[in-house]
Amino acid sequence: MSSSSSVEEKQLDHAARAEVFNKDEARVDWHDQTLWFIRSKRDKAAHTLPEWEALREAASRIKGHVLDNLHDYLVEFEKNAESNGIRVHWAQDAQEHNEIVHRIIQTAGINQIVKSKSMLTEECHMNDYLAARGIEVIDTDLGERIVQLAGEAPSHIVLPCIHWKKEEIGVLFNKHLGTLEGNSDPKLLTAAARADLRKHFMSSRLAITGVNFAISETGEIILCTNEGNADLGVQLADIHIACMGIEKIIPERKHLGIFLRLLARSATGQPVTTYSSHFQRPRPGQQMHIILVDNGRSKRLGSKDFRNALKCIRCGACMNTCPVYRRSGGHSYHHAVAGPIGAILAPALDMKKNADLPFASTLCGSCTYVCPVKIDIHEQLYKWRQVLVREGHVDTAKKAGVSGMNAVLSRPLLYKVAGRVGRWVMRNFPSLTNNRFNPWYKQREMPQPPSISFSHWYRENRKK
Amino acid sequence: MTSRDQILRNLKKQLTAGRSLPELVIPAESNSDKIEKLKTVLVSIGGRCIHAENWPDVVSKLSHIFPSPGRWLNSIHELETLIDSVHQPDPHFLEDVTVGVMKGHFAVAENGAVWITSDQMGDRALPFICEHLALVIKESDILPTMYDAYESIGASKYDFATFIAGPSKTADIEQSLVLGAHGPKSLTLVLLSVI
Repeated sequence: MSSSSSVEEKQLDHAARAEVFNKDEARVDWHDQTLWFIRSKRDKAAHTLPEWEALREAASRIKGHVLDNLHDYLVEFEKNAESNGIRVHWAQDAQEHNEIVHRIIQTAGINQIVKSKSMLTEECHMNDYLAARGIEVIDTDLGERIVQLAGEAPSHIVLPCIHWKKEEIGVLFNKHLGTLEGNSDPKLLTAAARADLRKHFMSSRLAITGVNFAISETGEIILCTNEGNADLGVQLADIHIACMGIEKIIPERKHLGIFLRLLARSATGQPVTTYSSHFQRPRPGQQMHIILVDNGRSKRLGSKDFRNALKCIRCGACMNTCPVYRRSGGHSYHHAVAGPIGAILAPALDMKKNADLPFASTLCGSCTYVCPVKIDIHEQLYKWRQVLVREGHVDTAKKAGVSGMNAVLSRPLLYKVAGRVGRWVMRNFPSLTNNRFNPWYKQREMPQPPSISFSHWYRENRKK
Repeated sequence: MTSRDQILRNLKKQLTAGRSLPELVIPAESNSDKIEKLKTVLVSIGGRCIHAENWPDVVSKLSHIFPSPGRWLNSIHELETLIDSVHQPDPHFLEDVTVGVMKGHFAVAENGAVWITSDQMGDRALPFICEHLALVIKESDILPTMYDAYESIGASKYDFATFIAGPSKTADIEQSLVLGAHGPKSLTLVLLSVI
């Protein structure tokens, strides 16, 4: 019994999940191209502003300053938010966050709520926690609603159902919303979701939202959406709960003039999101709560190598550009935040469970290049690998491979001989490398081996 | 020890002096062609931009765009005699509003966003729940960028405020842009001539 349950508990790692995703080659190509298209739109939007690099630098430095002084800014934010009539709660971890949310819902005697996008509630697995206590959470972002109806987690923080084809959504909506069979027109499907979700907006007395930015100076929070689902939910509810990680603070309102110029351009290439709403005081008669969640963040602040990851504003640009994410899909990362940023955030939460993620990268650095707050993502990926090996979270095969490589690469004579043998084998016995047991042969052809090594070629040609 | 104190105690250890706040970034954007820029951007994000000579002209132009009968609701003092005003305290009664009309403070040329505060909305739900939204600003109230926008907003007080840039939209289904995800299916910005 113990052996079978431990097999069940052992989750598939990134490589294994990517392999599942890679079985459908046409879908991988489509996924890859869709995300690259969004990356291209980001480039186009960024290039319209001559001051783009100055904005990135300023945003990065503002966030760095906040991380240096987070204690003081949180105390100031709390004071100002409370004087605005907002109730502020503090949660040390996911469990405490979920308990606070549940207590508020229970006190109000409610069993169905609406929620707009919040990566923090995903990180805390809040929906499952509430469902187990008889409370139904309706996700109102269209993409999140689609994956929720399908019983899945979002695969992308900005584009939750980027891995779904419209025909599949047509089948899903036919089953759950009663749309016509075979109907996969995005306009009609969106209209069906709008009509269905409008009923939930009208009947829900409590709305949960995330937070994009919290302003210390004024005690207000800013929410950015394109659909207007956060606003509609909040304005029709008696109670608003906004959930945020403690790193979402920025010092002054005027700093939004930098962050709002960067966020949507980085995320989707839009000049700004449709709605950038500033909540400073609850509407008359409404209760407003803000939950400040630590969940490992204060500990990470103490790590010089990894603290900059807390600058993230969740735009998703690093995912859209990542050659691994685009070809392995968001679910291969088995974490609420996927892609390069997820791969440096996840191990800090659970090193053992997420030890595979920093290896899901080619270290090409494209993520760092597009990051609007200049997080050194690929350098952190590399540093995480070293930590994970040191702490014993890397399997023996990978370790043996790396130490074998080390043995060869640090001995010039052995390296030369091994190179010669390798080229000879690939030329005369290609089937020894071109087979399914060689992971480098998957989804690609092996290269033609050159007849001589580079150092050989260099020796011969330098004389000329 | 409460969670608050525990978190703050952990953070106190991490307080680092030294790095100061950077200067704001002054945009390179020019001031000259603000109206044209605003129109181009607004159309590109699914919005519409029209001109009106005076307040009655606002109503006549909007009636031309939305000819079919429906429930119109307004929160502009100057239009009180022409369009019904918001009275109900319960936002749920706004669900069947066809056209909502309200004032904005200014529009931003670089992204088409209009700044509007809760005192201009009649009800905070109105700009999000109505089927079509019309925002009116003075033609002279166009700012080049978000930098200028926050310079103008300054330390002003509001209970709730929002930038609205175009109609509610989604591209969650295969990146196909659909207008009217949850909120207004169209957005009309009316530029009022300054007399």
